[in-house]
Amino acid sequence: MVIEFHLNSRSGVAPYLQLIHQVRHALRLGLLRVGDQLPKVKDVAAGLAINPNTVLKAYRELEYEGLVAARPGIGTFVTGTLGGGSLAAHGPLRRDLLRWLARARRAGLDDESIEALFLSTFRSAAEEDIA
Amino acid sequence: MTAVVETDGLGKRYRRLWALADCTLSIPAGHVVGLVGPNGAGKTTLLSLAAGLLAPTTGTIEVLGGRPGAGPAQLARVGFLAQDAPVYAGLSVADHLRLGARLNPGWDAELARSRIERLDLDPAQKAGKLSGGQRAQLALILAVAKRPELLLLDEPVASLDPLARREFLQDLMGAVAEQDLSVVLSSHLIGDLERVCDHLIVLVGSRVQVAGPVEDLLATHHLLTGPRRDPATLPAGQQVITASHTGRQTTLLVRTSDKILDPAWTVSEVGLEDLALAYMRQAGPGRRNHHHLEVQK
Repeated sequence: MVIEFHLNSRSGVAPYLQLIHQVRHALRLGLLRVGDQLPKVKDVAAGLAINPNTVLKAYRELEYEGLVAARPGIGTFVTGTLGGGSLAAHGPLRRDLLRWLARARRAGLDDESIEALFLSTFRSAAEEDIA
Repeated sequence: MTAVVETDGLGKRYRRLWALADCTLSIPAGHVVGLVGPNGAGKTTLLSLAAGLLAPTTGTIEVLGGRPGAGPAQLARVGFLAQDAPVYAGLSVADHLRLGARLNPGWDAELARSRIERLDLDPAQKAGKLSGGQRAQLALILAVAKRPELLLLDEPVASLDPLARREFLQDLMGAVAEQDLSVVLSSHLIGDLERVCDHLIVLVGSRVQVAGPVEDLLATHHLLTGPRRDPATLPAGQQVITASHTGRQTTLLVRTSDKILDPAWTVSEVGLEDLALAYMRQAGPGRRNHHHLEVQK
């Protein structure tokens, strides 16, 4: 098995979303590659003591996103990648962000204010994109 | 959606005491359904009626479209695991499997054998010498190896320690994934149900307080906190489940499929346990209007 799922029952995040996040995370880090088989539904259900429908729902959602494909009777396989092409852009973006952080500190913002400002800007930008 | 259990005005009376009264519900197929409620809500009585171990005093109950316990065919379609996972203390694990094979027409010997092997149970061991967790697992094997379409479990994990509880639920979820089973399990430990159930029924005093897919229930219930306010002034479509007030603040659990737009409220999500407890509290005896009384300075 390539990856193993785990669940945090206190996180407040729905279990199927946790499974999706873990697959996406593994894809981003290159732990899962095209052609890899995801753990079988019954193994995940029995391993984590969760409802098989929860696993199916996560896999269906990943399939809808074009990241995996189910082969009936065999299993679910990775067909897409995430972030592979954009990794090269991370360095420069990170440098920009560090410069911005330094400016925010000079302006007197503490950690919490910086986080709040970033999140609220990120959210309102995301909302504008949708609108 | 077809129903695995459908009741209408169902009631069961022992002498003068009604264990279940005027219970009307519908349990959908293809789910793992959690039946929760306080002790005395009628959960065990309802499951025993569904298994055909009891006959109703009033009303009707249909299980998989038939009358519970109506004959061998109906019995073969339903598996029932009573509270505390009863097994025969003097019989060995292998004896239990032989008994299962003799008593059940659809017995899947291969399934039973592989599950016993996976759990590392010694076939020669007397059931009375097994641990509580192993007894529960043996009882579950007997229930699933008869290949039922519906499995009824009454408080299956209540008496188990946390490790045995997790192992039991792992076995159960493995069986659900492999066998295409519908499951109804009762529990007053809602925390255990959160992972395994995708459908919830809260039963208090024989009455269904709330029922539905877990995901929908979680998406439509919100905890609102804000400046003190009379719940009667809320917009239509926001159903107040519980309310408490201090001199300045109001905390409400509301059910609504609309977005909460009022900026005065801080909105947070509720977990399944808090949600179920709120319905039980709301329906608690003599506390129907408790939110009007629960005013503190």
